[in-house]
Amino acid sequence: MGQACVHCGEDCGKHPINRDEKPFCCHGCSTVFQILNEKNLKQYYEIEKMPGVKVETQDVGEKYAFLDLEDIKSKLLDFSDGGVSKISLFIPTIHCASCIWLLENLSTLNDGIIYSTVNFPKKEVHITFKEESISLRKVVELLSSIHYRPEITLDKLEKKGEGKSNKSLLIKLGLTGFVLMNVMMYNFPEYLPGGELLESDFRRLFGWLSLILSIPVIVYSSNDYYLSAIKSLKHKIISIDLPIAIGIITLFLQSAYDIISNTGTGYLDSLAGLVFFLLIGKWYQGKTYQALSFERDYKSYFPVAVTKIENQKEIIIPLNELEKGDRILVRNQELITADSTIVKGTGNIDYSFVTGESMPIDKKTGEFVFAGGRQVGSALELEVSKEVEQSYLTQLWNQEKSTNKYDSRINNIINKVSQYFTIIILVIAIGAGIFWLFIDKTIAIYVFTSILIIACPCALALTVPFTFGSTIRQFGRKGLYLKRAEVIEQLNKIDTIIFDKTGTITQNKAMKAEFIGEDLSDDLIKSIKSLVRHSTHPLSAALFLNLPGDDFYPIDNFKEIPGLGISGEINGQKINIGSKKFITGKADAEKGLKTEVYVFFNNNILGYYQLENQYRPELKEVISKLSAKFNLHLLTGDNEAEKANLLPLFSQEQNLHFNQTPTDKLNYIKKLKTKNKKVLMVGDGLNDAGALTESDVGITIADDIYLFSPACDAILESSKFGQLNNFIRFTRSSLNVVKISFVISFLYNIGGLYFAIQGLLTPVIAAILMPISSISVVAFATASIAFLAKRKLG
Amino acid sequence: MSVIFFLIIIGIVVAGGFLAAFIWSVKSGQYDDDYTPSVRMLFDSQSTNDGSCHPESCNQSDKNNQPKTNSPTIKDQKKKSSNK
Repeated sequence: MGQACVHCGEDCGKHPINRDEKPFCCHGCSTVFQILNEKNLKQYYEIEKMPGVKVETQDVGEKYAFLDLEDIKSKLLDFSDGGVSKISLFIPTIHCASCIWLLENLSTLNDGIIYSTVNFPKKEVHITFKEESISLRKVVELLSSIHYRPEITLDKLEKKGEGKSNKSLLIKLGLTGFVLMNVMMYNFPEYLPGGELLESDFRRLFGWLSLILSIPVIVYSSNDYYLSAIKSLKHKIISIDLPIAIGIITLFLQSAYDIISNTGTGYLDSLAGLVFFLLIGKWYQGKTYQALSFERDYKSYFPVAVTKIENQKEIIIPLNELEKGDRILVRNQELITADSTIVKGTGNIDYSFVTGESMPIDKKTGEFVFAGGRQVGSALELEVSKEVEQSYLTQLWNQEKSTNKYDSRINNIINKVSQYFTIIILVIAIGAGIFWLFIDKTIAIYVFTSILIIACPCALALTVPFTFGSTIRQFGRKGLYLKRAEVIEQLNKIDTIIFDKTGTITQNKAMKAEFIGEDLSDDLIKSIKSLVRHSTHPLSAALFLNLPGDDFYPIDNFKEIPGLGISGEINGQKINIGSKKFITGKADAEKGLKTEVYVFFNNNILGYYQLENQYRPELKEVISKLSAKFNLHLLTGDNEAEKANLLPLFSQEQNLHFNQTPTDKLNYIKKLKTKNKKVLMVGDGLNDAGALTESDVGITIADDIYLFSPACDAILESSKFGQLNNFIRFTRSSLNVVKISFVISFLYNIGGLYFAIQGLLTPVIAAILMPISSISVVAFATASIAFLAKRKLG
Repeated sequence: MSVIFFLIIIGIVVAGGFLAAFIWSVKSGQYDDDYTPSVRMLFDSQSTNDGSCHPESCNQSDKNNQPKTNSPTIKDQKKKSSNK
């Protein structure tokens, strides 16, 4: 190990770049250090050690030229009055306190920026700047120059102002809390011994005040429950919200009657408490991962604009204006946005986001390329043959989610229970009401309402948000991020698991390299390593990692020929590394799992390296554990070359499917579902997107969870792949906790019913029973999930 | 006892004031981000003109920070010249 880079913390190797007697791994890092040093922003390196981000390519060139287009600019800006503008930018690399500090001090770097604030959970920076002194493009380029690259994608143009529902929930919560505290204070004297001595004037005042204060709670704070109850009734489903809505309304009407007729103080404190607890449950469950997106489609992947070639001139147009037949220019590291044909240049296209395969694919002039790939190497000229919306992959991602996901959301455990619960309560209430009609007509209605009030399933309704909410948090801590709570129940029902191969059960970065040919001397290995060090091609990077030693020769005349290989000179001797065609002149062998890299040194072809993707080290263990309980399948777009290695793992040959297109994968899942299988799809690339949405649960495996991943129900950190089995098994424990909590809350309900049926339900009993049942259920649910997670998830 | 009526009214008005303040704070976005402010408050205030801080406190921190923040740059310049 050499020294660690002061900027990004990476190993600098034997020859670090020194500036101010500090080591840096690359010129990019040292440039950022210099910029910050000049502007007196060195505190960046003091708040956290080595806080920087390493960025491979420095030159942004025309990359952000589209930000000068008025059309795009106006859509991206949050606010602009011609002079001062505001913008929010998503920067996935924000990760520490130093990042916050630096990004909030952007005004030091450029006077045009008035101020900037960071929203860390959302990984966003909000910048206010003067347009006359700095353009939007310059702002973005400034961020890029200090290695904080904003992600500006197509969907940013469309959705604005989300998160409103969260605000209204907070307001409801605050409002209800305010009402609860006041109403409780007014009702408290009643509950104390000697409360009956209270002057009747006061009692009336307190009653009326409580009634007035409760109106916003009944009208505003609890309106979600009425709406959802009505909505599910329309679908002919009795959801848990129905008995809650009935309970809330009955509570209010009974109390209003008591107060207006001056016969009592009512149950308004219980009402406010009930709604307050319910809203807390909602808030707790709703707090999910702000910076993660589970709803991504092609729009959050595609750029905002493309470079079009018209009359020999390059112009930049918004992506939605791109038409069939247009000529576009795709530069190094840019994305191909529509299915098209190569007109000029050689394609070396990285489809890793699409297929999970990290090796770029060579395409020659005249060949057809699918949208979604990233060009690596020299610029390409393409003729668009299909519009963006009609491209093969875009269409696949755009497929409507099948309706059964909605069904499954309704058909969950809480609604199943509430169906019976509601009916039983109604029967008891009506039965008891009729019974009392014969004995004492005056209290028959009172008994009827009492039962509806005390049976209001507050504790029952809180069970699920708190149990699943805690489970989501525990999973998040261990590296599995769920989109919403229903996924837990869905995961528990799974009986079939489908894996994608490349990128899912193989590792993306680590590759195994084996040299085939004559034995290489240490000196030669050193030469090879010195040469590949200069290239960022994934194969070079893989070779570099595989070769021993950290001492290098200087390279002269380094050249990288896109799609072919690299060449250079060491002490006057020529060394070439690259494809078979590049070195031997013969045609490349057909691509399998293994990739061959040939080495040419001093007029001799020495042989070739065989690089192959490696399976995840935990794979064997995970598969053997999962196969005990689940039916395992494998779908891959690759050929059968790996069949022999996979067969011992998956054991059943009929479950291994090769040469599968994205549509094949989707149809395969559809077919399984018609056989009543509950399917979990584990994938990673965009070509799995259709399958991920079609399956009952789709889990995406990602090396960096904040980078782009296809729409799914959950994201699993790739380093936590070994835990997959434990996560699935833990959902069973979660459901058991829910069931036990149900029993506890039923016991409270039965206790309450005992009073209510006899016509003895006084406000004080309701005021004690309701909060106690809620609090105890919540405490039980959260504590047991925390305990179980410690034991089972380690 | 009529003082109690008076107290109740005051109680409601004060509590209502806090409720209004809460609603305002939610609407103005103070609850959008509950993490960053906790980090932000730990930073030393900068001598640079950061528009977000109060002018008076800015001036004060200016005076306090100037010698501190300036000294390293002088050193650095010396180092640079000596390297050349």
